[in-house]
Parts: sequence; C-alpha cells; structure tokens
Amino acid sequence: MEGFGVSLAFWILTGVTLVAALGVLASRNLLHAVLFLILLFVGMAGYFVLLSADFLAMAQVIIYVGAIAVLVLFAVLLTPRAGRNNGETRMFLPALLLCGTLLAIILFVITDTNWAVADESPSVTAADLGEALLSRWVLPFELASVLLTVALVGSIMLVRSREEEAEDAV
Amino acid sequence: MHPFLITDNWYDLRDLGNLSGRLLELLDDALPFGLVYVLAALIGFAASFLIFVLPSQLIVGVYGERKLIGRIQSRYGPNRVGPFGLLQPVADAIKLMQKEALTPKTADRALMYLAPIVFVAPCVLLFAVIPFGPNMVFADIPVAILYFLAVSSIPVLTTFMAGWSHNNKYSLFGAMRVVAMTISYELPLVLGMLGVVLFTGTLALQGTVLWQKELDIWLVFLQPIAFAIFFISASAELNRTPTDIAEAESEIVAGYLTEYSGMKWGLFYGMDIGYAIAAAAFGVTVFLGGWTLFGLEKWVPPWIIFIGKTHLFYFLFIWTRGTLPRLRIDQLMTFAWKFMLPIALLNLALVATERMFWIEQEADDSIVYAFAIINIIAAAAAVYGWSRALGYRPEETPLRPRLVSEAGGFVPLESGGEGAT
Amino acid sequence: MTPGLEHFLTVGAILFCLGLTIALSKRNAIGVLMGIEIMLNAVNLTLLSFARFGVGHGPVTGQAFVVFIITVAAAEAAVALALAVSVYRNRDTIDVDKMNLLRS
Repeated sequence: MEGFGVSLAFWILTGVTLVAALGVLASRNLLHAVLFLILLFVGMAGYFVLLSADFLAMAQVIIYVGAIAVLVLFAVLLTPRAGRNNGETRMFLPALLLCGTLLAIILFVITDTNWAVADESPSVTAADLGEALLSRWVLPFELASVLLTVALVGSIMLVRSREEEAEDAV
Repeated sequence: MHPFLITDNWYDLRDLGNLSGRLLELLDDALPFGLVYVLAALIGFAASFLIFVLPSQLIVGVYGERKLIGRIQSRYGPNRVGPFGLLQPVADAIKLMQKEALTPKTADRALMYLAPIVFVAPCVLLFAVIPFGPNMVFADIPVAILYFLAVSSIPVLTTFMAGWSHNNKYSLFGAMRVVAMTISYELPLVLGMLGVVLFTGTLALQGTVLWQKELDIWLVFLQPIAFAIFFISASAELNRTPTDIAEAESEIVAGYLTEYSGMKWGLFYGMDIGYAIAAAAFGVTVFLGGWTLFGLEKWVPPWIIFIGKTHLFYFLFIWTRGTLPRLRIDQLMTFAWKFMLPIALLNLALVATERMFWIEQEADDSIVYAFAIINIIAAAAAVYGWSRALGYRPEETPLRPRLVSEAGGFVPLESGGEGAT
Repeated sequence: MTPGLEHFLTVGAILFCLGLTIALSKRNAIGVLMGIEIMLNAVNLTLLSFARFGVGHGPVTGQAFVVFIITVAAAEAAVALALAVSVYRNRDTIDVDKMNLLRS
C-alpha cells in the first residue's frame, strides 16, 4: 500500500465516488441518477482493486454494472408514466439530520479507535476464495443459492400480469 | 541454447515485449519519476495504433468488410476511390468529419454528447489484457477473463445512454432491446466461459494460452459448445448483423443511432469494429491457442500469428453478417433462454465430470484428446437432440410483443398483440 | 498521504450515510432502491478494508462475506424491482408517498 500511484488512485476514486453519490442524491432526473449510480459502482470496483481484491472487483463490475444497473434501467423503462422524477419527500430534512448525526458518530469512532493494522499485504487469489467458499462457508454458500432461486421465482411471479396467468391456466 | 527459441534479448524482434520493457527501464533511469509512464503510454499508443489499430480498423475493418460483404452478395463493393477503392475509408472519414452534428431540440444534450465518448474507452481498455506474445501483454492480471467480461458489459450501458438521450421512440426501442439482449446473452456466455476455466484452472489469459501450448490442443476442440456459445453471444452483444436488432434499419430506423450524425455516429461505427476485433482477439486467445501455432511461433514472430488469427476470426463475423438474415427479437430471446442456457448448463456438467475424472484418476495429460472426441460428439448430439426436441417453431408458440406494448408502443391487433396498453 | 484503514473507513461511512439519506428521502421507489444499493456497497467497502488491513481472521473471511453481500444485493434488487413494476401495474405510480391504501 505504498507509492504515489496508490495515493493518487485513492483520491481520484474518492472524488469520483463521492460526486457520483451526491449526483444520485441531487439529480432531478431518475435516469441521470441511475447513471451516477453506475459510476459509483465502477468507482467501488476501483477501491476493491486498491484493497487487493481483484476477483471481487471484477465480480462487482459484472454483477452491479452488468446485471443490477441493467435491471434498474429496465424497471425505469417499464414504469413510464410514473414519472422520471427523482424528487424527495417531506422527510428530506429529518433524514439529512439523522444521517448527518450518524455520520458524525461513525467518524468519531473511526478517528477515536486505535485500530490494529496488519502491515503485510495479504494476497487472496480467486482459488483461495473459492476454496474458502466451498469448505468453511459451504452452508451460507448453499443458502445463498437457495435465496437466489427463491428471488428468481418470486420476482417472476410478481411481475406476471393477469392476462399471462389466464393464458397459462388454459 | 537453441538458436530459434525466443530469447529475452531486447533485439529479438519476435517478441516486442522485451524491447519495450528494456526501453522502459532505460528511460526510467534517465527521467524523473512518473514521466516515463506518460511517455510509455504515448509511445505505446502511437505504436499500437500504427501496427495494429490502423490496419485493423481501416483496411480490414471497413474496407475489407465492405469488400467481402459485397463479394458475398454478388456486388463489387467499394472500387471508386483510390486503387481498388482502398481509400474509401479515408473518404468516409473526411465526409463524416465535415457533416453537421445535429442535436434534436428535446434531446438530453449532456448524455447525447457523453455517450460516444464513453463508448470508446472500454474498447481501449479491453486490449490491455490481451497477450500478443510471450511477453507482449500490457497487464497480465490473474483475473483477465473476468476483466474482459466485466469491461465488455459497459458499452451496453453506453448504447442505452445513447438511445435514451434522443427522446425518440425508435431510439428508446433500440435501447430497450440492447438492455434485454444483454441480460439474456450474458448468462450463457459466462456459463460457457466457466467450462473453459474449469479445464484450464486459471483466469489469466496468458495462462490459458500456455495451458493450450503445453497440452498441444486448442480449447475449441475441448469446448466446442463453449466456443459456439461465445461466438453467438459475442455477435449478439456486438450488434453484428444477424443479431443487430438494436439498430435494425428495417424495423426501428437505426435504433439508438437514429439521431446521431457526423463524427458522433462515426465513433459508434468505428468502435463497433473495434469491439468486434477485441472480441475476436479474446476468442482467439481463449479458444484458438492465442499466439501459438503448434511450434511455428519459434520461427515467425508470435504477434504476427496472433494478429493473423484475430483477423481470420473477424472474418467469421463478416461471413455470418453477409450470409444470415436478421432475426426477430423474440426469436433471439427464445434462442438465448430456451436453447443456449440449457446447453451451457449441460456443457458445464460434462466438463465438471471430466475434470473430476482427470484429477481423481491422476490420468495422463493425453487424456484431453479423449475428452476432445467425447465433447465434440456430445456437442453434435446435444445440438441435434435439443433442436429436435425443443426446436423453436414460431407458428406453434406465437409470442405477444409484450415489451413493445409495455413501453407504450403501438401493436396492431392482427399480429396477435393486445393493442397499446 | 498514503491511504490507510481510516481513509477507507471514512469513505465507507460517508457513502453509507449518503445512501441512507437517499433511501429515506426519495419519493420514487426505484430511488429508494438505489439508496439501499449504495449502502450495501459502502458496507462491502468497509468489510474489504478490514479484510485488507485487519488482524485476526485473515483476508479470505472478509472477502467471503462480500461475496454473500453481493449475492443478497442481487436477489434484493431483483425482488424490489419486480415489486416496483407490480405496484406500478396496479396503482399506476411508484411514488412511495402515494402507496397508502391502508390509510384510513
């Protein structure tokens, strides 16, 4: 974690992600908000590379940018008359206050705690991760696959229209 | 030492990676910190542009493609500008540059200007992990295959940006088709790649090439199903003609390109070829042995072998483009979900079994030839059986154009639609 | 300044709070979902920075947790967007303020 390049990359990524998150918050147009969100996801992948998690960085781009962002875009397109408005409710100021307080508390904890920091840079290859997932974490792994199946079936059931159900019932 | 082996000497022009590495070291000593990387980037960009991009894009990409498609369709193709029409791409570029850049009044101006620019960047990024030779790879990262899949999912979002920003019905249809197609075709593509990775046991592209070199077999023989899936999915995601429903001129004018003119359209057009060549390079690296050619790479510079193979692979794209008619969107979706996905899963199960057998029995490496024969037979049987059992017959399973009506489009009632919702 | 653990944690905290603000205050259901995705990403970043810098459990544990979070996020996004589309079909809006059928 040394070197000028790493620091530069960190500060550039910080700028990009924070601007993107603020963009999601501030942009009036829902489509623009989604595009800012994608920028945030890509910046996150950059952070993952800096934290020497190559595999997860690539998984982040594939899953978030390639799948989740595309799903969000699809949902935006499928709800055309709901308005592309990304406005706030009346709860904006209370929410801002609450989150500001929370942020202050977390920042205080971060600066106040004396973190035990490891010096060496541990390298985790995709093979290590796969081995851990299929040995120590095999139960959560299987549960995750069950969860994905349930989510798949559930979301298909949710978006079926009445005509389709009538069609299939025959 | 064998005189024909590639040495690590800088003057060995068969592998330009040594030369560039040596130059980088020398300059790093001479120049203050950081400057050398800027210089290296500039020199590398200029060199790769001259050696690879320019001939690929202009001569093979634009001229060769138009000429070949012309010959396939019994016409001459470009033959007016310059000798044999060779200057046609240059003339086209000049024409595009002096065209007026139109922007519709209701368009989302920022997105419309941003989309072609963002479209270019991933194409350049894709070539960073492609190994052109034993040492000629810019970033030999251990997750290169995933990197390629990840970066190639970004241009889809760009085409969506382009389509949405025009505030035009046809552009939005194109954008929506792109989004739907990506979801459908990414899945079998990743599953097919998983089969390859199971065999080689590495996610690095250089490692894949070395694995094929060591075992003296190309992965296309070991993984014929994965190769077919890769080819079809890549051509679907690249919007090449048999599957270019996102910009189908005869249905939705030009899809997401409708309102673009001048060099903004030119960027999309040029980068389409760039992405096709990147996909061809990836396919060559993973399935066709990369820069190896059964020992010939000791005599011929490996990068020449690689570029030649890449352009031959690109010829496959041109061939399908010139031969096959365009498919409808529901046909493409059905093909991805009902045909390619089950076959990809079947392939994955087969590969896992074989790999397990290989490890458990501690079999000799030459067992891959037996696997190759088994897999080719299995591929033929699976395709034949599946198309007999689940072959898509549109007259039996008419699909309502649901997407069109959900997006607020008009669906004539005679075609089996429900009418606009 | 070389970025250390505190820097990554700070970025994660800021992103988490921004995501929470978005999730709490957006009117559009899809906007709320985007806020939740940002929060999950911030948590991923925090976990990974602990995996990289922390002592004790080794880096693989943190990365395995991130894998599960990404999985759950994908499932959550699919279900939430299906809900949004389904609500839109029935009520013609996805404004969370107008989803008040149970109100007397």
